[in-house]
Amino acid sequence: MNDIAQKNHAHGNPRNFWRLYVFSTDHKVIAKQYLGLALFWALLGGFTAYLIRWQIAHPDTEAWGWGFIEPGVYNALVTMHGTIMVFFVAMPLLLAVFGNFLIPLMIGARDMAFPRLNMLSVWIFALASIVLITSFFVPGGAPAAGWTGYPPLSAKNEYTGGGYGVDLWLVALALEFASFLLGGVNFLTTAMNLRAPGMTWLRLPVLVWMQLIAAVVFMLSVGPIIAGAVLLLMDRNLGTTFYAPAGGGDPLLWQHLFWFFGHPEVYVILLPGFGIILEVLAVFARKPVFAYRPIIYASMVAGLLSFIVWAHHQYLSGMDPRLAMPFSITTIIISVPFGLVVLSIIATLWGSSMSFQTPMLFALGSLGVFIFGGLTGIFNGSAPVDIYIHDTYFVVAHFHYTLISNVFFAGFAGLYYWFPKMFGRMMNEALGKIHFWLTFIFFNAVFGPMHLVGVGGMMRRISNPTQYDFLKPVEPLNMFITLMAILLLVSQLAFVINFLWSLLAGKVATANPWRSNTLEWTTSSPPPHENFAATPVVHRGAYEYSVPHAQDDWLPQDFDSDKASKAALP
Amino acid sequence: MVTNARTMDGSLEPAGKAGTWWFLSSEIPTFGGLLVSYIVLRLGGSGWAEASSHLNLNIALANTFLLLTSSMTIVMAHAAVQENDHKRAAKFLALTVLLGLSFLIMKALEYGVEIRHGFLPGSGIFWSFYYGMTGLHALHVFAGIIVNLVLCIQAARGSLAPNGHRIELAGLYWHFVDIVWIFLFPLLYLA
Repeated sequence: MNDIAQKNHAHGNPRNFWRLYVFSTDHKVIAKQYLGLALFWALLGGFTAYLIRWQIAHPDTEAWGWGFIEPGVYNALVTMHGTIMVFFVAMPLLLAVFGNFLIPLMIGARDMAFPRLNMLSVWIFALASIVLITSFFVPGGAPAAGWTGYPPLSAKNEYTGGGYGVDLWLVALALEFASFLLGGVNFLTTAMNLRAPGMTWLRLPVLVWMQLIAAVVFMLSVGPIIAGAVLLLMDRNLGTTFYAPAGGGDPLLWQHLFWFFGHPEVYVILLPGFGIILEVLAVFARKPVFAYRPIIYASMVAGLLSFIVWAHHQYLSGMDPRLAMPFSITTIIISVPFGLVVLSIIATLWGSSMSFQTPMLFALGSLGVFIFGGLTGIFNGSAPVDIYIHDTYFVVAHFHYTLISNVFFAGFAGLYYWFPKMFGRMMNEALGKIHFWLTFIFFNAVFGPMHLVGVGGMMRRISNPTQYDFLKPVEPLNMFITLMAILLLVSQLAFVINFLWSLLAGKVATANPWRSNTLEWTTSSPPPHENFAATPVVHRGAYEYSVPHAQDDWLPQDFDSDKASKAALP
Repeated sequence: MVTNARTMDGSLEPAGKAGTWWFLSSEIPTFGGLLVSYIVLRLGGSGWAEASSHLNLNIALANTFLLLTSSMTIVMAHAAVQENDHKRAAKFLALTVLLGLSFLIMKALEYGVEIRHGFLPGSGIFWSFYYGMTGLHALHVFAGIIVNLVLCIQAARGSLAPNGHRIELAGLYWHFVDIVWIFLFPLLYLA
């Protein structure tokens, strides 16, 4: 490392409030900005979930805090819930927050490769957020064509009643994708160019690998949907007929473009979640990650396979039925690399002496919930079974089991674990444990019974199930689910209170409160501007826990055993 | 400066180059998705060749020539800056900008001719793709012109970093825009 070159280019900690907190190029500040936006959106997304559940359990009554929910508004709520949770909570939380905060710290860099581009990303994301919020208030209301925006529902206003809502929705998505595209360029270039001396590719923490694979998968899959969004905007505003059969187009084209991106997107979210789980498990089990290299290779294979599974969302769309078999096969095959990762996670825990602090509880919860969600995926992935359960609440239960296990369980694990590093204070353990148990119990009480509702035949996105006679038997179950969902949402207060209280008055954190090996714990909590007092030199992989004959049971990545043994000589 | 300061050996080049390549790698699926959609729909449809015969091949040929030449001039700008001749680099960049602008003007004239003949974006699926793909490409040309213009002004003022690697990065992007046109031209005008 050329220290002189770095010193010449290093710029001091900016003093001005605006440069420090608002227009900052510091990756840690940018990560916190993303965190603030993601938590804001999570609250709004949670509120839409409450309204959806209220309407299902007590159709056409006044919901507390909102009022009567019109069928058109219900469609808008369903659309916005999906859009918000996937694109404005999951993506910023798992990729932007943890990727931005941890990649430079974990590889021993002072900042991202392109700090100004990083600032541009977060501001484009903020702009996308504003555009999406605006869509609630325009004539015709928020978009109501479903979060997948299938034409003709999204192409013609007469079908879903939206006016400018869908246009703004498309613009917001395109901006959001552009923001994460720039973020991906930054992540990859940073990891390629700015690793500290000794930080070889196979000494990188798993989380960094997962972020990088996710970034590649995202960047190679998002282009077609950006183009598709432009085509849909043209169909709506310029009279083109890309998705209109009357003019020679095909509505299925959108489904292909959407899911060619949409399915890889699932793994873009999933992989960083796995990364968080693995980091946390290794630390609290005090064991090396089992099968570090196979996990990375398996994740790459899964990333590759994710490009050829997309049509499993479209078995009943009217596409050529001969495609169902090949896409069933690839879908089942993709469970092989993920099976390897999950088994490695379990093997990491095997025979360890775990300590059950809050991050560990959430990581274990994430694992359990994900395994269950992964198993129901086998039903959805095989075309013959999917024909029966397609677009029912079984599918809704399935993807909430996989996504919530990642976004919220793994996300919370990461937040509780890295909170001391981000803000310099510890979160409260007791409140954290209460938060975990309430979340875990109520989560399963909401989405477990939902499988039964789905097998009972209840379709997604219907605003009033009571108008169907064949759905009468699932009504009590629906009311139970709604009650549990409200309790699940209320339990999140434990996190909100803990977060805000710890931010202001939590116990001051030491540099390495969890006794971890990775580089971010070698600097102070929170790290100073430009992260490290001196560029760290890396001597080992990230997971040397419970090392025989070592003084402590862990060896940090920058621990130089030669120097230490020389120092020990008389 | 902040942006390029942090590569491991302190040099300026690798970060920008890697970043540009990653950016381009995400652009390929964007146009790739459109081209594949076009090809698949065209293979399964009828009347596409007839619609295509109404396009003006001469304007498109001239435009192809302009764009290919501009790819050459930006390479010459890069060669000049490598010899530390920033004035010559500025001249070639100005030429690149002019060629790019001529491309856009010709394209606008061509749109005008087609619209006067009654071929609008809503005149059928071929025209949807024609306006959609060439329009998205024209936006990319426009973005490239702005980048090249900024570099041209910097080179003329002598405020470009000594190794001038930014011209190389702009050139990578400009070649990409050129290559997209090489795909669009035969698929829209010749097939």
